[in-house]
Amino acid sequence: MHLAELNIAHLRAPIDAPELLAFVDGLQPINELADRAPGFVWRLKEDPNDPRATVQHVYGDHILVNFSIWESLESLWDFVYKTHHLEFLRRRREWFHRMAEPYFVMWWIPEGHIPSLAEAMDRLERLKARGPTPAAFTYKDSYSAEEAANWEAAEAARSATAPTG
Amino acid sequence: MGDDLSALAHLHDPIRRSLYEFVTNRGTDVDRGEAAEAAGISRTLAAFHLDKLVEAGLLECRFKSPVKKGPGSGRPAKVYRRAAGERLVSLPPRDYAGLASVLADAVDLLGGEEQAEKAARAAGARIGTRSRPRHMLKVLEERGYEPYVEGEEIRLRNCPFHRLAEEHPVLVCSMNLALCQGLLEGLDDDPNRARMAPRPRECCVVFLNK
Repeated sequence: MHLAELNIAHLRAPIDAPELLAFVDGLQPINELADRAPGFVWRLKEDPNDPRATVQHVYGDHILVNFSIWESLESLWDFVYKTHHLEFLRRRREWFHRMAEPYFVMWWIPEGHIPSLAEAMDRLERLKARGPTPAAFTYKDSYSAEEAANWEAAEAARSATAPTG
Repeated sequence: MGDDLSALAHLHDPIRRSLYEFVTNRGTDVDRGEAAEAAGISRTLAAFHLDKLVEAGLLECRFKSPVKKGPGSGRPAKVYRRAAGERLVSLPPRDYAGLASVLADAVDLLGGEEQAEKAARAAGARIGTRSRPRHMLKVLEERGYEPYVEGEEIRLRNCPFHRLAEEHPVLVCSMNLALCQGLLEGLDDDPNRARMAPRPRECCVVFLNK
């Protein structure tokens, strides 16, 4: 199994505004760092030839979307918090609004599968609605691939035997 | 609690303690021969004590395959490293970690990272000012950072706030950096010697070695 993650951020200004220049300038080096990181599998790119192009989507203006796939919880953690990316995170208040609700979600996927952005957004909604479960979780309450598989099997069995109507 | 106490009691023996310190200071797998030589004891005695430390849960061991393969290459060597997990003894029981975690949650809710960093820097400066050793490396050793020199830098093998840093990485690493910069100020040293340079399984702060 692989680990999918989605995180969103509310930009303080339009992406081409001068106050976001330092952020946009960092996109290429940070993305290259991710691409080279041990355990990195895939990330959603707007334009394979333009590292500064952020992902276009229908989920609202000034919302920045990061959507990627990793081999394990550790490999994603080591990239996010144990590389130069941490410096970038420390400056997040300069560029993004504080979020009152969850903005980061992870879930397990079969290797080789790439979920749609709509599914990723749906996982974030699930985290907001139900709190962390093996189908949508955070680092504070994380689940192994095995726990997720068992949980999904149990969910399927429950819904198959659930009374209808 | 009782387990931690009995585990730590194993370090009362000076030979065991020196073996434990040798293994943990190396930061990589250590074999019996190296440990014996460092402690100035026989290999057999070192093996006995190292295995006792494994039993107590203070060290972990594994078998390292010999470089040469096939018959005559000998048995795989047993190597040792520090066990994961923490040991803490507090009498009577105290739970500062639990409270620290709640306080970190509160800082998050308040969006108070900047104030937390300011407070950490001031705390570091107070510690530095009162510190008897006036030498940064000594102070880092005393505070459990397990510093070691790597080229132009002093890196830290241990993060004293490890468990909390796993819950609130950005906040705790930022506060730790601020604390280290404060320490330098308190020692009348240059605060800019400390900077952030994260690396897996180590503390995220490094110091310029000069």
